[in-house]
Amino acid sequence: METINYQNFRIEAENICVDYNGKVALYDANLRLKPGQICGLVGMNGAGKTTFFNALTGFVNISKGKIRINGESVRSAQKDQTIAYVPQNEGIDSQFPISVWDVVMMGRYGSMNIFRCPRESDIQAVKDAIERVDLTDHFSTPIGNLSGGQRKRTFLARAIAQRASILLLDEPFSGVDIRTEKLISELFIQFKNEGKTILLSTHDMIHVREFCDLVLLINKTVVAYGETSEVFTPENITTTFGGISPDFLFGPES
Amino acid sequence: MEIFSFLTLDSFIRDPLTHDFMRKALLMSSLVAAVCGFLSSYLTLKGWALMGDAVSHSVMPGVVVAYALGLPFSLGAFIFGVGSVALIGFIKQKSRVKEDTVIGLVFTGFFALGIVLVSKIKSNIDLHSILFGSPLGISLSDVKQTIFISLLVVILLSIFRKDLMLYCFDPRHAKTVGINVFFLHYLLLTCLSLAAVVGLQSVGIILVVAMLITPGATAYLLTDKFDNMTIISVLSAIISSLIGIYISFWFDLETGGSIVLAQTFIFLFAFLFAPRYGIFKLKKFFAGYK
Repeated sequence: METINYQNFRIEAENICVDYNGKVALYDANLRLKPGQICGLVGMNGAGKTTFFNALTGFVNISKGKIRINGESVRSAQKDQTIAYVPQNEGIDSQFPISVWDVVMMGRYGSMNIFRCPRESDIQAVKDAIERVDLTDHFSTPIGNLSGGQRKRTFLARAIAQRASILLLDEPFSGVDIRTEKLISELFIQFKNEGKTILLSTHDMIHVREFCDLVLLINKTVVAYGETSEVFTPENITTTFGGISPDFLFGPES
Repeated sequence: MEIFSFLTLDSFIRDPLTHDFMRKALLMSSLVAAVCGFLSSYLTLKGWALMGDAVSHSVMPGVVVAYALGLPFSLGAFIFGVGSVALIGFIKQKSRVKEDTVIGLVFTGFFALGIVLVSKIKSNIDLHSILFGSPLGISLSDVKQTIFISLLVVILLSIFRKDLMLYCFDPRHAKTVGINVFFLHYLLLTCLSLAAVVGLQSVGIILVVAMLITPGATAYLLTDKFDNMTIISVLSAIISSLIGIYISFWFDLETGGSIVLAQTFIFLFAFLFAPRYGIFKLKKFFAGYK
């Protein structure tokens, strides 16, 4: 067997299993991603996409297997702010009384002191991040007054401000406008050139072909994994979606 | 209503202040209101109203046992408050019963235990003052305890203000950047138990949940900024306490009930007239005249 040099991989998940009170959500899942790779995570609702994300961020504990982030444990990845998670729009309380600035500043919390007092460098990082997602007119706008796309960009800015080397994005393209979609795709290219690693879940097959170097098809476990051009075949997709043909599933949209 | 015939606003406010017990009641209730109001913004945003109700009722047997054993009542209340939450979590995990059912089941059980204990332990426990509060008859040792607990909660909330906000808003992000979510969860629960303990002196066990949710709900209707929400919540809680105590003094009404009613009226006012989120959107109304 080849010896794995962990330094080569940003994400290294080996045979991971997650169960919630005895109910298996994910089993024997493997994933290896290098710097600069963009990987699509595709599966049905309840196939374990969010669970996979949760395992990588340490939000849930794995019952079996091993996860290495930049060759280190998940715990030290948390301490180093290595991973940024960009939630689905539905996953956050949009009525929370908080401004764009406050949300993006949360990306800096992990590296601040216990009172979370922003230093000059934190303020600069937040400013830069908000500029990169083109929300400079909305510094103090409450997130409840933003459009879906603007809200998505706010959370992307938080990930940028965090200066994470790994980005996990849950449905980054759902419910966003054309402008946001274009901006996100431009950011992806920049992130790739910066050597960041991106894992994104999506329902949209076109986005997978467009952005993802690799694709991970899951249905409680890995159905197929590899280069998008090789793995993203109608047969594999059909298997992933429990025997239902993708044309039927995605016909109208794609 | 002959009261108004000889009362000026000045004496309406000043006369009660000549009584020592009224000065004490006004001060202590304001302190308690400030603590509960501070915590209230977090509980409203976290969606912990039912949890607040559960914890505040569950402290009942703790208070009774502590009184009977001559221990500080806050200690007993704290143990039972946190214990009830642990029990709720345990039953939820080990059975198929839904969470809101488990919460309702556990806290009524604890509450019933408290009532049974009061009837069995024939001591100087005044059931009425536990159930309905007695801000006018607060003892010196209670004053010391209340001040101590209130300061403790305010200091804890102040230190972890931003972390708790993040925890309520996006616990997943908190965890991802290495913030101890487990600690924050129990910190919030601890503050909830402690606030319930001090709050029950003001308005009693049955109504203390109002102190923990109404000011936050009122503030939520009035602002889109978290810091402002905390300030409005604290202020509305203090003002309600003062109004409630004055009204109860002049009209000889139950004090706890008056305080909570004052809070409810302030909430209704915000509900109807809040600039952006009220039924009658005053902001739009006035904008129409420009």
